[in-house]
Amino acid sequence: MRNLPETSTPTGTDQQPIKREQISGGVQQSVRHESAERHVSGEALFTDDRAVPAGTLFAYVGLASIARGKILSMDLSRVLAAEGVVSVVTLEDIPGHRDIGPVFPGDPVFADGEVLFHGQPLFAVAATSQTLARRAARLAQVDYEPWPADLTIEQGLAAQSFVRPSHTQRRGDAAAAIAGAPRRLSDRMHIGGQEQMYLEGQVSLACPDEEGGITLYTSNQNPTEVQKLIAEVLAIPISMVTVDMRRMGGGFGGKETNANQWAVIASLLARKTGRAVKVRLARADDMTATGKRHHFVSDYDVGFDDQGLIQGLDMSLSAGCGYSPDLSDAIVDRAMFHADNAYFLPTATITGHRVKTDTVSNTAFRGFGGPQGMVAIECVMDDIARAVGRDPLDVRKDNLYGPEGGRDTTHYGQTIERHILPGLIEQLEQTSDYRQRRQDIAAFNRSQPILRKGLALTPVKFGISFTAQHLNQAGALLHVYTDGSIQLNHGGTEMGQGLFTKVAQIVATVLQVDMARILPTATRTDKVPNTSPTAASSGTDLNGMAARNAAETIKQRLTDFAAEHFQTTSERVRFHNNRVYIAEDQVLSFGELAQLAYLHRISLSATGYYRTPKIYYDREQAQGHPFFYYANGAAVSEVLVDTLTGEYRVTRVDILQDVGQSLNPALDIGQIEGAYIQGMGWLTTEELVWGGDGRLQTNSPASYKIPAIGDTPAEFNVALLADSPNVEATIFHSKAVGEPPLMLSISVWSALRDAIASLADYQLSPRLDTPATPERVLNAINSIKAITTLQQQNRGAS
Amino acid sequence: MPEPAQRLTQTEPMIEFLLNGEPLRITDEDPNCTLLDFLRDRLHHTGSKEGCASGDCGACTAALGELDGETIHYKSINTCITPLGNVHGKHLVTVEELKQGQQLHPAQQAMVDCHGSQCGFCTPGFVMSLFVLGRDEISAPDRHRIEESLGGNLCRCTGYRPIIEAAVQMFDPALQAERDPFTEREAEWVKVLQSMNRDQDVELSGGGHHYVAPATSARLAQLLQHYPAARLVAGGTDLALELTQQLCSIDTLIYTGRVREMIGVSETDTHLIIGAAASYNQFGPALTALYPECRELLERLGSRQIRNQGTLGGNIGNASPIGDMPPLLLALGASLRLRGAERVRELPLEQFFLGYKRTALQAGEFIEAILVPRPAPGDSLRVYKISKRFEDDISSSCGAFLLSLDQQIVTRVRVAFGGMDAIPRRALECEQALLGKPLDDVAIAAAMAALARDFTPISDFRASSDYRLQVSQNLLKRLQLELNSPSATLLSRVNQHA
Repeated sequence: MRNLPETSTPTGTDQQPIKREQISGGVQQSVRHESAERHVSGEALFTDDRAVPAGTLFAYVGLASIARGKILSMDLSRVLAAEGVVSVVTLEDIPGHRDIGPVFPGDPVFADGEVLFHGQPLFAVAATSQTLARRAARLAQVDYEPWPADLTIEQGLAAQSFVRPSHTQRRGDAAAAIAGAPRRLSDRMHIGGQEQMYLEGQVSLACPDEEGGITLYTSNQNPTEVQKLIAEVLAIPISMVTVDMRRMGGGFGGKETNANQWAVIASLLARKTGRAVKVRLARADDMTATGKRHHFVSDYDVGFDDQGLIQGLDMSLSAGCGYSPDLSDAIVDRAMFHADNAYFLPTATITGHRVKTDTVSNTAFRGFGGPQGMVAIECVMDDIARAVGRDPLDVRKDNLYGPEGGRDTTHYGQTIERHILPGLIEQLEQTSDYRQRRQDIAAFNRSQPILRKGLALTPVKFGISFTAQHLNQAGALLHVYTDGSIQLNHGGTEMGQGLFTKVAQIVATVLQVDMARILPTATRTDKVPNTSPTAASSGTDLNGMAARNAAETIKQRLTDFAAEHFQTTSERVRFHNNRVYIAEDQVLSFGELAQLAYLHRISLSATGYYRTPKIYYDREQAQGHPFFYYANGAAVSEVLVDTLTGEYRVTRVDILQDVGQSLNPALDIGQIEGAYIQGMGWLTTEELVWGGDGRLQTNSPASYKIPAIGDTPAEFNVALLADSPNVEATIFHSKAVGEPPLMLSISVWSALRDAIASLADYQLSPRLDTPATPERVLNAINSIKAITTLQQQNRGAS
Repeated sequence: MPEPAQRLTQTEPMIEFLLNGEPLRITDEDPNCTLLDFLRDRLHHTGSKEGCASGDCGACTAALGELDGETIHYKSINTCITPLGNVHGKHLVTVEELKQGQQLHPAQQAMVDCHGSQCGFCTPGFVMSLFVLGRDEISAPDRHRIEESLGGNLCRCTGYRPIIEAAVQMFDPALQAERDPFTEREAEWVKVLQSMNRDQDVELSGGGHHYVAPATSARLAQLLQHYPAARLVAGGTDLALELTQQLCSIDTLIYTGRVREMIGVSETDTHLIIGAAASYNQFGPALTALYPECRELLERLGSRQIRNQGTLGGNIGNASPIGDMPPLLLALGASLRLRGAERVRELPLEQFFLGYKRTALQAGEFIEAILVPRPAPGDSLRVYKISKRFEDDISSSCGAFLLSLDQQIVTRVRVAFGGMDAIPRRALECEQALLGKPLDDVAIAAAMAALARDFTPISDFRASSDYRLQVSQNLLKRLQLELNSPSATLLSRVNQHA
């Protein structure tokens, strides 16, 4: 097991003098999560842990039991008569907007006359306890006229049913290039979806305010959006809604838009009853009624030369969006933006279809379409390698973007300015001992009839920025008190990723005070308004910059004040290690200066603001510079596969990730490891299965299997790329780390295919849809054995 | 809904237990309430979290201490599926208790130091599983033991590596606190628990529901006559789902976990006798001592918490088609001791399962013990479980094979499968194909073909019919490989060679 980078310990008398020079908890230190001690002691309060106001009601939703159809009648009399019930709400109770679609309309708060998916909320009931509300919600008598339902992407495509128009990115004449290429392949792949499976389910507590407004405590990645939606639904000004969001027990995209509905329902009932109302979904209903990572069908047609160099690619990516647009337009765009992954496509036609199905509306999940686009092109890479008989790593390396030969522009026109991957892959190839292991594995596979090993190295190049330009902004609010203690607030939300820790480190560094002096406080819409969701790996990039801006403002005021007060120049005032050096014999503690400044009527509170420069994108032309920069990494995974059962283990993983100048190496490594394992789950054991009636059958952790502790690879080496500060002016030249490493897990899937391909001496590329459950692996083994047998028979016959 | 039957005793119904070192007496509480709901909603102890309410995620894990002579033995449990009454006479330790003043417990400090928490929601559950591991071991255990202890705790953030590191680091002497209340106060707590554990019935009533925990088999038989509609509950790992998922009310619960005759494990010259209410971790060592080949199955059955709570009687009594113990016990030729008010009888296990969730139990009858024959010389046992995930998953197929080989000829064979039909049952055609044959390719091919006549499995979200059949057939190939070359250089199991 690998050692963490050295952790700077907090104050202590036995510290080396050199260390005493530094503040504790500045950037680049492996500081612990700001809530770590409260996490382990159970003291960290999640929304459901808060003490509720007297008289709080508990609300629950009644869910549709068909996939598609007309609601002929809905009789709630038994619901109302049930024990403990105080109130019910339906669509008719909504004074304002009935649609809470985040970008485009299409998401009614409750079913509006017709059912859009199995599990759609029809109404809500408030009762005196959670159990009574849940029981009552099951008592509705609903008559439906069932309609035929499209449950699969193929059905939706056949019906030409889309939630948004299809879109194409084009470079050159891909069709001609493919037709003229020496070699050509085409295939189809099914890419499964994924349940976010945040450990803390959806929960909101709405408290009515005296002015008719709402104060909402919730688990939500986008406080500003839920604030706006509550206002619209209740037909009140946004200013009358306050959202308080301290921490989430995981979000992963599943609380970017899909937390809104429950907050709105709680608010509706709070408004109607005048009492605080909590909505908390039971796990099975949470999994049924909220959106997931989109499943995709990818179809490709690729032309390449005898060495495997791509000449043209035609790929269509068809996403199963569910019943409404939600964020699908941007998600499918991001899949298309990543259909090149790290590879130069001389000509390309990339088409994205937003297929409508009569299922829950799929939504954001870490990677936001990127993983699906990337696994689609990595499938192409493996298939090309088998076709030309080369190690897939060599084909991948040859196809990488590079500074020479005009191979540095993406199919959407953005120039790759920094070519990090060639060197990074070279380094990982060495440290993981790829070539030697490749030989050892070949020998192992020749000697073993049942078990086979597989190995793969796959890279990641992930674009950083919201593709919706206006979201690339952030705000912060910083208060310094007269004892020198500091309250920090910003628009980003803490879901475990360590955002609050990193932003506090940034402020500590700017003001040169120990991080322990800084209290990160709950994200609140009354402190920092008009914020963006914490998503797109942008939390630290945006909010860290905004907080730095606020800290710089206060620092400047204090500097100017000190210079004037002590009759010196601003240039001579220096903040360092909890002290402010004004002149040679004039040193104040930070708190003393704060007190002095207050007495002299200097404002010690400041807002900060940031917007990302340089980015633009013309979607009509599908050309532009949508990403501020790219985050890069690569992983080598090794697997052991049982060819009798399809069971497998991931035995060793080596990762090298470029996080720029890391703000906190320990937290960054935590993000990388966690993302990798989460991605591994997506591609291996996490299988979503719907019945023919449209009901989600894998609706609990008993039936939907995320990785458990034994799935962690026995050897798991994670390293950060050294000496690679972001050349862009990001916060302390760091790089985003939330999403990119998830896609490192594609190496697991590729390694599984490698192990299976060994059964045909690496001459065939087994089709392996995801998730690659043991059953799918065995099916791939069956088919590759069948083809090999057939080939041998043919050879024998000829 | 019928009125709950008249109570049998005149004393005030109440349960007593230690909660974080202090005695707690509960008189008027609905026995359908789970321990987690009691902690969170009644006591506002919100450190334990609800992640699933089905015993699958471990966020609600607490430590339950039980008297073991003059000591208290702690085990991890899922409070979300534990009926409140089950903690009577025990010491429940929740995450709130571990931190003493400002001093974190070593399990907590190691988690902090190793960056073992990200969102923090699963963390209290991990800490409690680590706490129990820390009491069971004196020095850092190996990776396998750590995984076995923590397999029932899901984390969606970290990828587990730092938690595995914390499980090692918590044994660092530098982290040990000067004072450990669990040692210092143990003698005091033992006395309190002893005073709570008397031989009478324990009862709890509230919300119109009733809970009785008898101390003897005879009394249990009597209660079943008195409450014919009562449901038996042992660990509650399956029954509690009716409460938390289906939102059922159960009028009368009778708890088997205090019944003297049902909680022990004993051995005779011919059999291992496992009390129906013995948990997996209670009878596991004795069973694996006789049959080391079932160790993997026992470690992959549910999770540590489930194995601490779940019982063999429950696994059999549920008559689920996917219970993991029945195929093993069928292959071993186990039988059941069934007790009613009037008589005790023995029944071979294969005659117990009648159909989907239907058994040969008669009214008023219950499983008192399971009788497992000792291995005969020359017997070879293999048990193979196939599931999507190795840990804490339900089998797509589970096959158990008991063979006697003489001069390389199969002289006795019992093959049983779970997950392949509405009940776990023997594969008689497959057995016939093997009997009297050497384990060669011809016989194995015939046995594989026979298996297709034995079973027509269903397709569901766990696996398709085709996969279930093919993988079960292929397990015969694995069996052949392993039995023919026991010191194999040929590798056959990914989870043994990874």
